[in-house]
Amino acid sequence: MTAKFDTPELFKNIEIIDTPKYEVDSMAHSSPYPAKAQHNEKLGFPGELVDNWEEKAVTRLGELVDGSRALRTFLDSCVKCGACTDKCHYYLGTKDPKNMPVARQDLLRSIYRRYYTFAGKYFPRLVGARDMDKSVLDEWYSYFHQCSQCRRCSVFCPYGIDTAEISMAARDIMDTVGHGQKYCNEILGKLQTIGNNLGLPEKALINTLEDLEEEVEEDTGVAVKYPVDVKGADVLLVVPSADFFAEPHIDGLIGYGKVFHQAGISWTLSSYASEAANFSMFIGSGDNLKKVAQRIRDAAEELGVKRIIVGECGHAWRVAYSFWNTLVGPFDFLDPNYPAPQHIVEFTYDLIQRGALNLDKEANDHRRITFHDSCNVARASRMGNIPGGQFILPRALITASANHFFDMSPETIHENTFCCGGGGGLLTDDLMEIRIKGAMPRMQALKQVVDEHDVNAMVAICAICKAQFSKALPAYQFPMDMITSLHQVVGDAIQLGTKD
Amino acid sequence: MTLSVVYAILFYAATLLLVVGVVRKIIIYARTPAPLKIPVTPAPTTKAGVVWRMTKEVTVFQSLFKANKWTWLFGWMFHVALAFVLFRHLRYFQEPVWAIVALIQPIGQYAGFAMLAGLTGLWARRFLVDRVRYITSLSDHLMLALLVAIGLSGLAIKYLAHTDIVALKTWVLGLMYFDLQPLPSDIFVLLHLGLVIILMVIFPISKLLHVPGLFFMPTRNQVDNPREVRHTAGWTAK
Repeated sequence: MTAKFDTPELFKNIEIIDTPKYEVDSMAHSSPYPAKAQHNEKLGFPGELVDNWEEKAVTRLGELVDGSRALRTFLDSCVKCGACTDKCHYYLGTKDPKNMPVARQDLLRSIYRRYYTFAGKYFPRLVGARDMDKSVLDEWYSYFHQCSQCRRCSVFCPYGIDTAEISMAARDIMDTVGHGQKYCNEILGKLQTIGNNLGLPEKALINTLEDLEEEVEEDTGVAVKYPVDVKGADVLLVVPSADFFAEPHIDGLIGYGKVFHQAGISWTLSSYASEAANFSMFIGSGDNLKKVAQRIRDAAEELGVKRIIVGECGHAWRVAYSFWNTLVGPFDFLDPNYPAPQHIVEFTYDLIQRGALNLDKEANDHRRITFHDSCNVARASRMGNIPGGQFILPRALITASANHFFDMSPETIHENTFCCGGGGGLLTDDLMEIRIKGAMPRMQALKQVVDEHDVNAMVAICAICKAQFSKALPAYQFPMDMITSLHQVVGDAIQLGTKD
Repeated sequence: MTLSVVYAILFYAATLLLVVGVVRKIIIYARTPAPLKIPVTPAPTTKAGVVWRMTKEVTVFQSLFKANKWTWLFGWMFHVALAFVLFRHLRYFQEPVWAIVALIQPIGQYAGFAMLAGLTGLWARRFLVDRVRYITSLSDHLMLALLVAIGLSGLAIKYLAHTDIVALKTWVLGLMYFDLQPLPSDIFVLLHLGLVIILMVIFPISKLLHVPGLFFMPTRNQVDNPREVRHTAGWTAK
């Protein structure tokens, strides 16, 4: 499945990504490992492909359309204008025309038309409608796992049609008939039984954090704490579990701790809700989305905290910011003086505004930094109180902590940002080819600032982006350690011991 | 007079299908819940902001402009010209004619050409741009063919083979007041009216549903305030 493939070449001296001529089915072979029966069943899905799955898939599609205004209007309204065709990083990186957003949507729209529209029922050939069969299912399984649900296409669609919603619906349908994806479903199972994506049990978590405390004290001479399950703390911090062990994630966790330490605000992690991520969104499962979110609310109530803050994780922030209040709100037990939930970047930004942190920019003088806007933060959430705050605040943290900052090309940042290539449930080794190829546009933009400004650090605020770039950077001949956590930069600048 | 009766019946039927079909779809869109907050951000944080966002999308095709200048140019030209052309056609449905309709009469005539130019550009893209050619289905070509044929037959009535326009207007007014009058039987008139009838009929069962659909898309019409206001609908309200 992960046979050899060529990493796309980066161009010299170009500012805009070239749009390739398409090559039909060039990624048709890409398909993730299917989930085992136990993974599917744990989430409430049938273990294996059910009898009459064709009929059940069509029925499920109907239910989803009836329950989602977005899906219904998206499926009805596309005029095939082509505005989105050159906007997907997976199309740009693979040249497979089914990775053009409209073509990806049509994989599902063709079924919707056949069974739920007049034109498709009576004139299927005319409007490109087709019957649900095994070849359709295989195609869905391949190409709806070549979409990271990053929403870049929807920015450019004249109507705002969002392929993410369509790919979530397709994955929901596939789960419903027993054809789930291993990576997402296995991880969601772990999260619901153990409390995090890694399957890291309480004891291991506590040990890890104790080791971290020792390490930070050795490094800095200051006893920065990384508390777990402290009842009555002011803040419950919920981070992606990758922050507990992966590089460069853990350096970000160290940074959060330093921020809390200097601000003198009591905080705690939760061993019950030791995961900010919620892959239920990737598979479009409302039931699981709510269940996983509920864990965090329960932990916050149990610990009696006043605020909930979310760490550096892109899709988790989308779920927290956009969905928590809907799914498990209202958060009336929290302190109403703070937004619920709050992003760690908002938290740190407020502290900087209040002068509560002593930052030494020169501590980061060895870094020449650029910033990668993570898709779910950029296009599906907000920070602060003005639209676009999600672009301003993280950059403000960087420029308050470092002297050398350079943005990448405007058509590749802010709401135009290119996905890292590993989001939306694709961050698995069996999808390495699509991940590396999908990273091409971001790598291209990075190359430009590397060439022009000697950039040596790309800061991100998403666990998936960080893990993905650890693989993609070397594939494109960049040093792997260029990828840096935002709170690592902040943490390195904090002058510990100066506010005690 | 037979022709007049046939076209009258077809027009009544087409109007009924158009109105019922579109109203039905609008009701379906309005009743289908939007369970989660999914505005594509940065999004306005107030309702007034959303109105402004939607106004820009509807009037100047803001996102399309960002996406592709050629598609925007042809698409916008076509839609604006079509708006002028439709507005100009009001003169056949009213007596006396409103001053504003009389005023734009000259623009409305040239708009017919602009409309065709826009359609030609859009159609050319379906052949010349490989990506757009790939996503084009037969119905996309037929839709363009229909609109072009409507435009051409309309211009033919004006510039190629004049019809008795006063008689035509009398027929239209007769339709409106259920007092049937004879229909001028010029070929371009019959063609033009026939094609418009087809367009009206397919409107509610085709991609032309983007017209009502556009206003209902949660990605654009939702306010970005999920933390401040608890939103529930559909399965999230249960």
